[in-house]
Parts: sequence; structure tokens; C-alpha cells
Amino acid sequence: MELETLLLSRIQFAANISFHILFPTITIALGWVLLFFKLRYNRTGEERWMEAYRFWVKIFALSFAMGVVSGITMSFQFGTNWPGFMEKVGNIAGPLLAYEIMTAFFLEAVFLGIMLFGFSRVPNWVHTLATFLVAFGTMMSAFWIIVLNSWMHTPQGFEMIDGVAHATDWSAIIFNPSMPYRFTHMVLASFLTVSFLIAGVSAFRWLIGGRTEGVRVAMKTAIIAAAVLIPIQILVGDFHGLNTKEYQPAKVAAMEGNWETGTGVPLILFAIPDEEARENRFEIGIPKLASFILTHDWNGEVQGLNDFVTEDGEVLHPRVSPVFWSFRVMVGTGLLMLLVSWTATYMILRRKRGIEGLPKPMLYGLVGMSFSGWLATLAGWYTTEIGRQPWLVHGVMTTKEAVADVPAPLVLSTLIAYLLVYAALLAAYIFVIFYLARKTARGESIGTSIAPSPASVPKAMPAE
Amino acid sequence: MYYFGDPTIWLPFVFAGLMGVSILIYVVLDGFDLGVGVLFPFAEEDEKDRMIASIGPFWDANETWLVLAVGLLLVAFPSAHGAILTALYLPVAIMLIGLILRGVAFEFRAKAPAPHKRLWNNAFFIGSLMTSLSQGFMLGMYVMGLEWTWLNFAFALLTAVFLTVGYSFIGATWVIHKTSDALQIKAVEWAKGGIWGLVLGIGAISLATPFVSTRIFDKWFSFPEALYLSPLPILSALLVFWLWSMLRKMPYADDRRSWQPFAAATALWVMAFGGMAYSFYPYVVPEQITIYEAASAPESLFIILIGTCIVLPTIMGYTVLSYVIFRGKATELRYD
Repeated sequence: MELETLLLSRIQFAANISFHILFPTITIALGWVLLFFKLRYNRTGEERWMEAYRFWVKIFALSFAMGVVSGITMSFQFGTNWPGFMEKVGNIAGPLLAYEIMTAFFLEAVFLGIMLFGFSRVPNWVHTLATFLVAFGTMMSAFWIIVLNSWMHTPQGFEMIDGVAHATDWSAIIFNPSMPYRFTHMVLASFLTVSFLIAGVSAFRWLIGGRTEGVRVAMKTAIIAAAVLIPIQILVGDFHGLNTKEYQPAKVAAMEGNWETGTGVPLILFAIPDEEARENRFEIGIPKLASFILTHDWNGEVQGLNDFVTEDGEVLHPRVSPVFWSFRVMVGTGLLMLLVSWTATYMILRRKRGIEGLPKPMLYGLVGMSFSGWLATLAGWYTTEIGRQPWLVHGVMTTKEAVADVPAPLVLSTLIAYLLVYAALLAAYIFVIFYLARKTARGESIGTSIAPSPASVPKAMPAE
Repeated sequence: MYYFGDPTIWLPFVFAGLMGVSILIYVVLDGFDLGVGVLFPFAEEDEKDRMIASIGPFWDANETWLVLAVGLLLVAFPSAHGAILTALYLPVAIMLIGLILRGVAFEFRAKAPAPHKRLWNNAFFIGSLMTSLSQGFMLGMYVMGLEWTWLNFAFALLTAVFLTVGYSFIGATWVIHKTSDALQIKAVEWAKGGIWGLVLGIGAISLATPFVSTRIFDKWFSFPEALYLSPLPILSALLVFWLWSMLRKMPYADDRRSWQPFAAATALWVMAFGGMAYSFYPYVVPEQITIYEAASAPESLFIILIGTCIVLPTIMGYTVLSYVIFRGKATELRYD
């Protein structure tokens, strides 16, 4: 019974945070992309940049609203399902969460409204500044939450007094070993997600006849950004993996599906990990490549999963299959992104044909890849989060210790309710994005009344 | 750190105060948003747009007070956060789903194609209703000490209905202030129909609280405390009386006093909340955990306080500014 509650609570948390992360993944980077559009407009005075801005700021508003409402759920989940977490490490998690909430709060109250509704009401520089501050604030919000998450993977800068963590060194807590890698990896993931979303939706508009200058410029920006960023992301991912190998070797062993410690370990492309027999079935691998990737030496030693079972049989490594597979989904999607973005860039640059150089199959391919960033980001998070198990805070407390003693049927019924709502909202979100795309392609205005958030203000602003 | 005496005493007190203020601001501000949502089915299609416009510029900021309140509970009193929310597991989940539906309905009903608008109007109503009912239910359970017995459950169901009707009342007074003509007249009727929810709700909680705990009973009914506290119920009764006599004569010809019902309702809310805060102090989980026992370590609280001192005044100032700028009757809101 207790185990059921634990598993269901984990699934519920996973469902909530998976749904939530979809929207920050878009807003973190989309804010900067909007700033880029705005700055290009300021510099060139060309209307096409503002056209791109006006379309995408609406997607930003929608994503922001989805992020806010799903974020509220997160702040309750700690108490409803995981009271042990804050009781034990609240002194560290508390301030970090507080700064995350306050940054988000600050932003939402002050600058978002000006960014969304203020273009014709405030001086141009104020609007540009608001766009910058929203982008910056969203990134800061992400920073604080990644700090906390990274601290849970690689905790330091604290001491335990009577079973409760007390902070001793805040800079050690904030700049914990995995933070820089995880933050960079996530920010780049966000930029790639947005690049493919813009490219995909623009390709869709292009295909149905909305061939405006705004679509052209947005699509070109997105494709080239993706092509530039994806190799950097692969490199950063590699560094992140090496960092993980140092601090959480069990996770890397599960990602690689490597049971026995050894030298010259093969890179497994496909296998079905068998948790009972503690071995892989149907294994296909490239000899020595895992050793080379992880140690940069063909015969380097790599730790296996069997090292993380204590003498009395307690398993201190995660379940292998979910980590193994989500890692492959992430890497596979990343490689597909590399292929598509480089091919598309080549087609655009070849004889300087621009967007007209993209053949129909490529445009359809881009439409299909619209949400590939979500897939890769979620798979990546599953890899790192499931890979941390059985630990909640690595080496400090297990997930089991934190779970609330709530009856399993209660957790299950609320989980089903959340899932139904999320599925409906996700469908509505995607539907509305493509609906707006169709509407603009028909040349209709999409700028009519929406219930704006707080600061749709500034009639009272100077210089009008 | 010892500038103001022992930080293990004043820091929890300051945070309890901040949290209390956040909750109070939330129930007043989001109270009227939710009330407007609850009243939605009673309005005609074109009136719905005006009702949305009357809360459109504010609701998002209003809702974030809840995030701040729960955030402060989470970071300043972590063990209480766990105890309260685990006990209120199901109503919390219902509230969250309600908040999600209500929140996204704002965006979707404006962006989705026309035939879908009705669907999102329904989502807006159902979300507001779920949120109001579950908040009232949680209030009732909290007052009764978070024990799941049949009696408490029944009491919580009552407070769920009372708070929902109470929200619809404060929502109606907001609509009176922000609209005119037929809708305003309608809102006066809604307010007259909803005022009993507020009165019964405050009454039920005032009666029940002292009998749940002898400690609270003594706090209210011993001399001389009873004397100092007597203005609270007397003023509340006067406010209710004033509200009722005002509503009977509304709308006034020149509309000058349209803000007064809302102000009076807010004052009533503040007094009810003040009474509750007095009853429960120093407990954060009723009769179980005090704010001093539940508080995080002082060094952690101090770091949070620095951030709060910057952010809170900004939000306050901004909130006031946005209400000033959007004062007067609600007009259609446009994107650019």
C-alpha cells in the first residue's frame, strides 16, 4: 500500500511538472527571440520584424498563462504529496523557491502587460525595455529553480543538525557542481524548442499560403538559430554527462544500460534491460565507444550498475529501462534536429534562394518537428530525474522518506483528474496556435480584445 | 542579526503577518474575480463580455497573491505547509483544477474560434465554482482543526456554500461599481441575493470557533478581552445593516456611490479575517503547531525577508497603480 502511494505520488508529480515545464520551455527563449525581433525592428524600421513580433507575442501570452496556472499546482504539490521534503531540506529549498516565486511575481505584475499591450501606448524604448525585462526575468526564474534542482542532484554547502539541513555556505549551494551544466543545457533546450516551434508554425503558414515577409523572416531566423545551437547543445550535453558521471555514476550506468564495471565498455544502441536478471536482452552495441565518450579513452573504466547494490541487497540505483529509453529518445531527437536544421540551412543558403529554396517535403518535415523540442526536453528531464532515484536529494534523503501518507486511491483519483484536464488543455493549446496561424494566413487580424493581464496600462505614461 | 531582539521570535511573527496579509488580499481581490465567475450563468451573452472586461486587467495579479501566500507558508513554515495540505488533499486538488480552468479560460475564450467561446465560458464558470467551493470547504475544515469527522465534514460543506455565496456577493458589488444600466441593476439584485452567504458564513465560523477549543473561547469571552473585542462584532453588524439599506436604494441616480458596497464588503471581510487571525494566533495548524515551532531556521528566513522587502512594496505599488489606471466603468480591452 505504501509503495503504491509512493509510485502514484511520483507519477502525479511527474505529470504535473511535465505539463508545467512545457510552457516555461517556450517562454524562457521566446522572450529573447521577441527581443531580437524588436531590436531588429528598432534598427531597420522594417515592418516585417514587427509583424513577426505581433504574432509570436500572442503565443508568448498564451504560454505564459499556461505556465502560471500550472505553476500554482507545483507550489501545492510539495505540501500535498511530499511534506518530508520541506521538513528536511526546507531551510535550503525555501529561500531558493522564494526567490523563484518572487522573480516570477515581480515580472508578471510589472512588465508583462506593457510588453503585451503597450506597443502603441508607451514610448518605443519603454516597450523594448519591457520586452528585455520579461525575457531576463523569465530566465532568472528558471535560474533559481534550476539551482534548487541541481542542488538536489549535487548537494553541498550545508550541515545536518538533528536531521534537518541548515545552510552553511550560500554560494556553494547556488553554484553547486551540476548547476552550470544543467542551466546551460536547459536554456539551450528552450531555444531549440522555440526555434523548431517557430520554424514549424511558420512552415505551416507558408504552406497554406500565408507567405508574408513576417513569416519569411521568422522562419529563416528560427532555422538558422537551430542549426547554430544544436551542435553547441550536443557538446554541452556531453559535458553535462561527464559531470553526472563524476557525481551520480549510477545514473550514467543506467543511461548506458551498463550492468558490470569494466574497461572498453561498448556503447549500447539498442537493448531491452531486464531488471530481474540484471542484464540486457537483444543488445546491439558499438565496441568501446561508451568508454571513449565517458572517459575520452578507448579502454577507460566505466562503473556498472552492480556496484550500486549494497551487501544486504538494497538497490541504490534507478530502474534501468525508463532512464535507458528516455536518454535514447532525447539523443535521437537531438540528432534528428541536427539533420533537419542543417539540411534546411543548406537549402536556404544554397544560391541564396532563401525560404523559396525549401522543397515541400522539407516544409512538411518542419511542421512535423514543431514540438520536437518538447519531446527532447521531457525525455532529458526524465533521464536526469528518474536517474536520481532512489534519492530525492542525492545521498541526503530518499524519495520514499518524503512521501505523504495519503491513501493510494485518493492519489490515483486526483492523478486521473489532472491527466484529463492536462490532455484537454494541451489539445486546446496546440489547436489555438494553429488556429491563429490559419487566421493570419487568411489575412485576418488576431489583435482583438483579450482579457489582458495587469499592466495593460500606460495611458498615463509620459511622451504620448 | 540581533538588531530587533531574538530572531527566532520576531522572524516567524513577521512572516505570519506577511502571510496573513497576502491571504487577506487574496480573498478580497480574487474573491470578487471568483464571484464574477460564479455569477456567470445568470448573465446574458453580451453581459458576460462586460463582466470579463471588469476583472480582465486585474485577475492575473489577484491570483498571484495566492501563490505568494502559499509560497510563504511553504518556505517560512514548511512543516505546517505539509500538515495542512496533506489533510486537505482532495479539496486542494479540486481547487487547483478549478484555478487552471478559470485561468486558461480567460486566454482561450478570447483566442479560440467563436463556436468554442461558449465552451470556454462554461469552463470559466465551472472553474470559478470549483475554486470557491473548495476554498470554503478548506476554511471550514481548518476552523474545525483539520480532523476528518462527519460533523466537521458537514460543517465544511456549509462553509463551502457560504463562502461561494459570499464571493458572489463581493463579485456583485464589484460589478455594481464597474458597470452601468441593466447589468448594474442586475448586479444589485445579485448582491441582495448573496449578502446572506456572507452573514451566515461569518456567523457560523464565529460561533463554531470558540467551541472547538477552550483556548479560543477564553481568548474571546474573558474580561477584559471581551470588552476590547466588542467593537468587532458591533462594527460588523453595522456594516451589514449599512450595506443592506444601501442596496435597497441602489442604483443611485448619479452613480457617485457605486464604490461603497464594494468598500463595505471589503471592510467586513477584513474584520472577519482579523477575528480569525486573533483566534488562531499563535497557531498555524490549529491547536497543533505554532508559528514558532513550524518556522524555518532564522538564517534562511532572513534571506527570504530581504527579497520580500524588495518585492512586496513593488507589487503593492503596482497593484494600486493598475487599479487607478483602470478606474471607472469597464470598457472593452484591446490588444494593441
